[in-house]
Amino acid sequence: MGLFDRHAGLLEAYRDVRTTGYDPFQIRMERVLSPTEAIINGRKMLLVGTNNYFGLTFDPSCMEAAIEAIRAEGTGTTGSRIANGSYTEHVALEQEIAEFYGKKHCMVFTTGYQANLGLISTLAGEGDQLLIDADSHASIYDACKMTQAEVVRFKHNDPSSLEARLRRLGDRPGNRVVVLEGIYSMLGDSAPLREFIDVCKKYGAYVIVDEAHSLGALGDNGRGLCESAGVLDDCHFIVGTFSKTLGAIGGYCVSNDPDFDILRVTVRSYMFTASLPPSIVASVRQALKVVKARPELRTQLWSNVATLYDGLAAKGFKLGPEHGPVVGVHLPDRMTAIGFWRAMLDAGIYVNVAVPPATPNGVSLLRCSVCAVHTREQLEHMIEVMAGIGRQLGVLGDRTLRVVGGAR
Amino acid sequence: MIVETDGMTDTLERARVSGQSRGEVIREICRHLAPFQTGERPITGDTVIAKDLTIDSLAIMDMVMELEDHFDISIPMNVVAEIHTVDQLADTIQKLCARR
Repeated sequence: MGLFDRHAGLLEAYRDVRTTGYDPFQIRMERVLSPTEAIINGRKMLLVGTNNYFGLTFDPSCMEAAIEAIRAEGTGTTGSRIANGSYTEHVALEQEIAEFYGKKHCMVFTTGYQANLGLISTLAGEGDQLLIDADSHASIYDACKMTQAEVVRFKHNDPSSLEARLRRLGDRPGNRVVVLEGIYSMLGDSAPLREFIDVCKKYGAYVIVDEAHSLGALGDNGRGLCESAGVLDDCHFIVGTFSKTLGAIGGYCVSNDPDFDILRVTVRSYMFTASLPPSIVASVRQALKVVKARPELRTQLWSNVATLYDGLAAKGFKLGPEHGPVVGVHLPDRMTAIGFWRAMLDAGIYVNVAVPPATPNGVSLLRCSVCAVHTREQLEHMIEVMAGIGRQLGVLGDRTLRVVGGAR
Repeated sequence: MIVETDGMTDTLERARVSGQSRGEVIREICRHLAPFQTGERPITGDTVIAKDLTIDSLAIMDMVMELEDHFDISIPMNVVAEIHTVDQLADTIQKLCARR
C-alpha cells in the first residue's frame, strides 16, 4: 500500500470539489483591501467568510501598535518562552486578559489550536474521563488523540446526553473534564451553558469552555457565552483565540486555579513552540482595549447578523438554529454546495464551503461569517444574489413558487 | 483501559444475565448499519464496518453514541478505534453491559 492510498476516499471528494474550476481550499487573496473586501481572481470580492467579527484587522490603532512594536522589539521572538524568556509585553497581555475575565491567571499560546490541544490533553490525564460535545472543533478532537484519559462524546448541545454519560461513570475514580464551546463554528449555535454547568456541578466535573467564536460577540463586556449565561465563576477554564474578533493570531486560557502556572512547564504546545511576536502581542493588547471601549461594535455585529439571517430565512433558505456571528446555510448535498459556492464567487461574494467529513451529521453548508463593519447594503446585496443562485440551482424553487402562487 | 481480557464464555454468561443476548445486540447494530449496506452483501459478524460499508468515521462515532444510549453504556473513543468488525462491536457492548 502506497503512502497516499489511505487518502483515496478523500482524494475523490477533493476532486469533486475542484471540478468547478476553483479550489475552495486554495483560494488566493491577491490583495486584501479591508475587513470586508479583497481582490480574488483579479476582481473585487465581498468577504463574508473570514471570522473577522469586529473588523479589527484594519483598525488604525491596532495597526499602529503593531508597527511600533516591530520598530521597538523586532519581528519575532525566535524561541519559546521557557527557553528564550518572556517579553514584558507577553506578561502584560496575560495580565490584561486575566483582568478582562476577572480571573487570577492567564496563559497565552501561539495559536488557539495549540491552546486547546495542549490544555485539554494535559488537564485530563491517565485515569481521568474527558467528555466532549460531538460537534467539537478539530483542535479538541486532536487533543483527545493525545490524552491518556478516556474520551466519551455526548450529543451536540444536549445536557441530558452529557448527564447520562456522567451518571454511567458512577463512582469510578478519576477527574471528569467536560469540554464545551461558546458558539459552534459551523452552524453558529450557542451551547445551553447554564444547563450544562448545572449537570457538571451535580457530578463534580471540571468545565473547559472555548470562546473562540464568542469572544467580543456575547456578554455585556464581550467576554463570551460564560458572561452572557452568567456562569463566569463556574467555568474552571476559559479558552479563546486572538485570530477572530481580535484580528490577529494566538490563543489563551484563563483560570482561578491556584496551581495554574504549573501548566507552563507541562503543556507541550506552550513549551515547545516559538512565542507570539511583539507585533501580534501589541495589536492584540490594543484590540482588547477597542473591544472594551467600543461596545457599539457588538451591537452593530448583531444588527448585521439579524439582517443576513432574517433576510436569508425570508428567502426560504434553511439556516442554523439561531442568530449567530456564523450563519450556516444548509444545502441538500455536497455537489450543490460546491456549485453554489462557485456561483457566489462568480457573483463577487466570498463565503466558506463546508462539506463532509468536516461537518456534523454529514451536512453540506455555505458558512458565512458576519462582520460588524459590513454595510447593510453589502448584506442586502448578498441576500439577493443568494436568492437568485438558490432559484437557479433549484434550492429555493418550490417554496418561491408557493409564495408567489399563494398557499398550496 | 475499559475492555478487560476476561474469557469470552464468562463474558457471554454475564451478558446473558444482564439481559443483552448476542442476537439482540447484533440486531441493534445491524439496524443502524443497514442504510450503509452496499449491494446485496448481507451484514454479518465479519463485516468490517469502516471498509465493507459506506459509512464514514464520523457516522460510525454517531452510531456508537446511539448504541451507548440504547444499551445505557459508554464506549470510550480509544476503544471504538480498536473495533473493526460487527462481532468486535457486539463483544464490546456485551462486555460493558455485563459490567453495568
